[in-house]
Amino acid sequence: MDATVVKTGTEGKTWGGGNRPLNASYGKLMMWFFIVSDALTFSGFLASYGFSRFKFIDSWPIADEVFTHFPFLHGVDAPMYYVAFMTFILIFSSVTMVLAVDAGHKMQRNKVVVYLFLTIIGGLIFVGSQAWEWATFIKGDYGAVETKGGKILQFLNTEGDRVAIADFAIPIATAKEKHTEGNGVWYMEESTQTSFSYEEVKAGFLANENLLIRSQELVPDMARLRASELPEDKREVARLERSYINLDATGEKAIYNREIGVQKLMNDGKLVVEGANLKHNEYGTALFADFFFFITGFHGFHVFSGVIFNLIIFFNVVIGTYDKRGSYEMVEKVGLYWHFVDLVWVFVFTFFYLV
Amino acid sequence: MAHEHKLEIFRGLVKFKSNQSKIWGVFAFLSIVTIIEVALGIIKPEFLIENRFLAMKLLNWVFIILTIVKAYYITWDFMHMRDELSSLRRAVVWTAIFLICYLVLILLIEGDYIFDVYKSNYVKFDF
Repeated sequence: MDATVVKTGTEGKTWGGGNRPLNASYGKLMMWFFIVSDALTFSGFLASYGFSRFKFIDSWPIADEVFTHFPFLHGVDAPMYYVAFMTFILIFSSVTMVLAVDAGHKMQRNKVVVYLFLTIIGGLIFVGSQAWEWATFIKGDYGAVETKGGKILQFLNTEGDRVAIADFAIPIATAKEKHTEGNGVWYMEESTQTSFSYEEVKAGFLANENLLIRSQELVPDMARLRASELPEDKREVARLERSYINLDATGEKAIYNREIGVQKLMNDGKLVVEGANLKHNEYGTALFADFFFFITGFHGFHVFSGVIFNLIIFFNVVIGTYDKRGSYEMVEKVGLYWHFVDLVWVFVFTFFYLV
Repeated sequence: MAHEHKLEIFRGLVKFKSNQSKIWGVFAFLSIVTIIEVALGIIKPEFLIENRFLAMKLLNWVFIILTIVKAYYITWDFMHMRDELSSLRRAVVWTAIFLICYLVLILLIEGDYIFDVYKSNYVKFDF
């Protein structure tokens, strides 16, 4: 082979190649390149989430009211505990990963095997938790009515507690069935039907005087609005006082008085929404569900591919590839990716669940 | 890559004997920060919700600052940024920070503008 290699005569000189001005190997540097670009992708997502949220700043769903479930604790209101648990799982799997990298530097194969195994388990628990979170969100809990303009009307009793539509809807006997491909024109079918129709919910609401409707709108800072002299602010105060009964609860969702509630449901109501998908969302604006599915889904996909990478290097470690190579740098490179996934989750956690 | 690690965190306030003990120390710190975040998110102290700084609730400032603190320790100690050359560190960190700040600033201002248009327009959209 020697005969075919062209020497430039600059070996060992500054421009002769082989320098490492950043003191990092090619592979590690490329992993950092990827991480920077992926960080920009995720910040694009989170920034567009912020954009949509600012656009609907007075009616965005309150995350504490959406994610209130914990596995095996039915009916217990546990906001955020489950996400906090997921965060700990991911941080802990980051710790086992960095311990694997550390053991790799010392060429301790058995330790690397154990730590990598724990990391993979942590990753799988996280992905599983996310699947559960999605399933709960898609299923929904109380149900709501969507108006023609895409607003969500939720139902409360006079104490201000949520009421599920199943508890008051009055069943109306109709011949309505889900249209499946098996009947009629073969290429036409209907999506899943809600358990109650809009007419049934309407009948139940009218029959029960003790029910109220909550809008999507959040109660603004009334003290500041009332103090304002601007004519549009005065009009706004008049509108709010005409419609809502809980104007002292700043930052919470505004509740219509009974008459306005009946009007809203009768005139504007269109369909029943149970749970959330990309088009409808019983918790509020559909954009919230879209971003939830998109961002946590994209992050979950990263975790999933991280688990695959970890599995590959896990088997490589087990069969001794890196011992033969004399360096465990591959563990370090995959470790960088894994920590980055953790880093992204820290931001998703803040902007989706806390802020 | 050299295998020496810088074992000090908090600007030398805490110094660890080995890299492993540093990892556990950072883990403890990250856990404490997360617990504080979750506790604040559940309690939502009145004081932090009612007062604002630059049009944002103090509570949200606390969350964002704590998140950046966590991101710093994940990058610096778990991703070993602390042990890299300053040139690599700056190339990665400042590029990302500059572009993200720019993007966020533009999109949030635009979102707020659209909110105002919706709020004060002549087209009925609440139906």
